[in-house]
Amino acid sequence: MSVLVFTENWDGKFKKLSYELVSYARSVADMMNTDVVALSIGQVEDDELIKLGSYGASRIISVNNELLKGLDSQVYSSIIADIAIKSDSKVMVISHNNTGKAVAPRLSVRLKAGVGACVNGLPISIDPFIVKKRAFSGNAWAHTVIKTGIRILTILQNSFGTKETENKASIEKIDRDIEPGMIKTNVIDTQKQTGKILLTDAEIVVSGGRGMKSPDNWGPIIELAELLGGATACSRPVSDEGWRPHEEHTGQTGKIISPNLYIAAGISGATQHLAGVSSSKYIVAINIDKDAPIFEAAQYGIVGDALKVLPKLVEKVKEIKK
Amino acid sequence: MKILVCISNVPDTTTKVKFTADNKNLDTAGIQWVINPWDELSLTRALELKDNPATGVKTVTVVHVGLAASEPTIRKALAIGADDAVRVNAEPSDAYFVAAQIAEVVKKEQFDIIMCGIESSDYNESLVGGMIAEFLAIPSVSAVSSLDIEGGNPLIIREIDSGKETLSVQVPFVAIVQKGIAKEPRIASMRGIMTARTKQIRVYEPAPIEPLTGVIAYEKPAQRAACKFISPDNPGELITLLQNEAKVI
Repeated sequence: MSVLVFTENWDGKFKKLSYELVSYARSVADMMNTDVVALSIGQVEDDELIKLGSYGASRIISVNNELLKGLDSQVYSSIIADIAIKSDSKVMVISHNNTGKAVAPRLSVRLKAGVGACVNGLPISIDPFIVKKRAFSGNAWAHTVIKTGIRILTILQNSFGTKETENKASIEKIDRDIEPGMIKTNVIDTQKQTGKILLTDAEIVVSGGRGMKSPDNWGPIIELAELLGGATACSRPVSDEGWRPHEEHTGQTGKIISPNLYIAAGISGATQHLAGVSSSKYIVAINIDKDAPIFEAAQYGIVGDALKVLPKLVEKVKEIKK
Repeated sequence: MKILVCISNVPDTTTKVKFTADNKNLDTAGIQWVINPWDELSLTRALELKDNPATGVKTVTVVHVGLAASEPTIRKALAIGADDAVRVNAEPSDAYFVAAQIAEVVKKEQFDIIMCGIESSDYNESLVGGMIAEFLAIPSVSAVSSLDIEGGNPLIIREIDSGKETLSVQVPFVAIVQKGIAKEPRIASMRGIMTARTKQIRVYEPAPIEPLTGVIAYEKPAQRAACKFISPDNPGELITLLQNEAKVI
């Protein structure tokens, strides 16, 4: 028996996301008195792989093949399913990000394993296996029973955190024969975002809405995000107007994020926007309208013009960073 | 080329969600039901592709798993421009059940591109599209923000967690689409509404599939503490609170 965690690497390096998934898997394994097996697909060096051990993985399985560079959900899920069967996994832990969403449903059908998608926290119980998961776009949690012997859980990034342990792990390398014909998707071009913190990874997010009045006013949002080591985001009207790229749109139809701190400047906080940010640990609202719904979701608020307030915040942060 | 668009029937996204007294079911009183927003964008893109003769798209069919009560939502999709529709006559009990039913429809009727929204606004799972593909053993591409057909071949842009990729894929395949796939959802014209009445909805009885999961109760999210207001004349105080009280910076 084991808990299997599917880790993700970027150019051979793990990020906090993978350590969080391993930490989560470790806590589930503790509830079930079993071990954590961490699976890594792609080229990752041993000194990087071994880091997964310090978050609670006992075995680290590394599968590598030149053809696994692009994410082909069919091939990836066949590999993950094979490892799950070989390691007798009863629970599989996967990120609720684009990669996870590509493989989890395929694994579910392949292994006839029920999925708890976008779960919040540890399972409520193991027997029966019940999880609390996102429903109605953040307006409810659904207590969901997973009736199968293998269960797949997808975890929203930054919702659990990382926990280091004293644990030591072993590394196994598995060669996998892959025929080029097995890969049905062909990646022609990749545009990677470089040098900036990814919105979904960021622990601090500074976001602007229509109250910013013009794309020319984004300077203080960008500056504040940079000073705090965070990322920038925006509301839907802002991305629809083309003021900011649509990758920055957070909300029901955009990105769902759960940073430690979300600063909403000039955003009124429609239900659809809150659906994307309501799992943030702290929400700060800056809005000229004291009745804006964003203040109901926020812990800290300033009723005022974001264009005037933001530069003052930038100044203050510069002061404390000195 | 034939496109199948999968549609889910969900409460309007501005609905204040309420549950029955035992917290076991959604309180449906007063709910306006709509096409899931991502599915609506997906349908819009499918129709745009059909409008362009160079793509070779001949028909756009919608499929829905649900009881007769959801037919108005299907009619709406037909009014927007879908050619015909299939309804699998069953309560959509979980993603696995729904995907299995849609896969059966695809086996029966054969489609080249199956389009699904990346999630439904009610259960937020992002599962049905990938599951359909696995049931049919065909490729699936997730987080698709652009779909074109050039020289008979689908050309896709998908979002990955660190950027974007352009890729080609063989048909048949499942496109799991997200924001960017179409700009604005297409709206039904008066003529569309009239012709929708005469379009065909084929009703199939469900295949015997056991769901793998079930909701046993709903819980409303915990109320957040009341907002602490800081004077706009002294915004620096906010930074101090974030540093010393919330300890997030």
